[in-house]
Amino acid sequence: MESFSLILAIVVVTALAFDFTNGFHDTANAMATTISTGALKPKVAVAMSAVLNLVGAFLSVEVANTISKGLVDETGIRPEVIFAALVGAILWNLVTWLVGLPSSSSHALMGGLIGATIASAGVGAVHGDVLVTKVLIPAIAAPIVAGLAAMLATRLSYTLGKKADGKAAAKGYRTGQIASAGLVSLAHGTNDAQKTMGIITLALVAGGAVAPDSDPPMWVILSAGLAIALGTYLGGWRIIRTMGKGLTDLQPQQGFAAQTSAATVILASSHLGFSLSTTHSVSGSVMGAGLGRKGGVVRWSTATRMFVAWGLTLPAAALVAAIAEYVTGFGSWGTALVAVFLIASSAAIWKISRREVIDHTNVVDVPEEPAGVVTTAIAAVTPPPTGTITEDLTATIAAPVAEPAPPATTSV
Amino acid sequence: MKIDWASLGSVFGVSLVITVALVALFTLGIMGLSRRERAAAQGDSATLAVTGAYACFAACAAAVAYGISLIVA
Repeated sequence: MESFSLILAIVVVTALAFDFTNGFHDTANAMATTISTGALKPKVAVAMSAVLNLVGAFLSVEVANTISKGLVDETGIRPEVIFAALVGAILWNLVTWLVGLPSSSSHALMGGLIGATIASAGVGAVHGDVLVTKVLIPAIAAPIVAGLAAMLATRLSYTLGKKADGKAAAKGYRTGQIASAGLVSLAHGTNDAQKTMGIITLALVAGGAVAPDSDPPMWVILSAGLAIALGTYLGGWRIIRTMGKGLTDLQPQQGFAAQTSAATVILASSHLGFSLSTTHSVSGSVMGAGLGRKGGVVRWSTATRMFVAWGLTLPAAALVAAIAEYVTGFGSWGTALVAVFLIASSAAIWKISRREVIDHTNVVDVPEEPAGVVTTAIAAVTPPPTGTITEDLTATIAAPVAEPAPPATTSV
Repeated sequence: MKIDWASLGSVFGVSLVITVALVALFTLGIMGLSRRERAAAQGDSATLAVTGAYACFAACAAAVAYGISLIVA
């Protein structure tokens, strides 16, 4: 690594930052249904997902290699192009997180790469037909495939399982959801952490620090795995709320059907050669599960906002990346300017997000939900089961210190 | 422009069949366990239902194991 230049270091750090946003953006995919149906406590769920993402990152380097070897012509790519692409992708991930909409991190990255390439090599360098076959069609197909499967599965589960009740059923659905959510997390780790590894390796090859056609170095695998796991653990609570509660209200059976459908679609698509986005599959299966239950409703206004975000992902990331690439073209101070802009806007987005904090304590309460208020009221009146007595005790002790409010309303 | 309808179709078919089959198996398993719960409440046993339930869960576990092997490969 004798020629490890400054720009290369910047690209590596930015790639890891993207990996981190990818992690907290996509926690919802694996864990939103598990959290909203109460199968796992929010913190436990994200911790489990983080560990599985980390494990998944070490399982193979196949995806990383398809990115770093041969997909792009290494000779034509400069580290600045990759840097600009990452800036576009990170900012889009942060903006969609702020408004709490799930959107595909892969599409953001692809959009960033396309925009940066256009700015650096012209429109001719992008293949329009590849755009349609690899981005547009999968984005439409994924929610339909996953949604239909989840809808039929939910319907079947309610018809077959009429007599399934009691403790055994509750425990069973809980275990099933945890298993399928774990599978999604593992698949996410192998896919998305490796995308970052591929990008870093590509930059290293482009910068001449690593020989072409080599596997990602160990430190790249380790840091990419850790970055995505850390992001996952912090949890994109805003997106989890939208996916687990905003789109539809899920019961355990629906959560199980949705998560099973998502896991199946993700695995089937990546192994039958028609890659579908994890985010699109999960959103589709959640909506399908919502439609599958009798009396279940999908909130189409939220769904429409999500679809609009999907449509904007690629062009928005591309536009930001193109501008960033144009500015880096002015030389070192241009690159510095883009870096400063990235840090400043990330800080601004984080600052705005603090106005209305959503975290593990309030991720499952939606304020404007009348049903939620009723359930919390009931929960406050009925005597708690033995397991939560300690929680209740601490709340009672803490009450005189703070405002004497009932514990149920403190989190709203 | 060439859209690979064949592989999209197979993703669609395979996902649909596997999802529905897995959820059906799992639901049957849970029904078996619920039956045992009800039988136990009345002091009976439900050996057949329980055996069936565990067979269903074993099939689901096999599917999960196959999924993990797909991820690792």
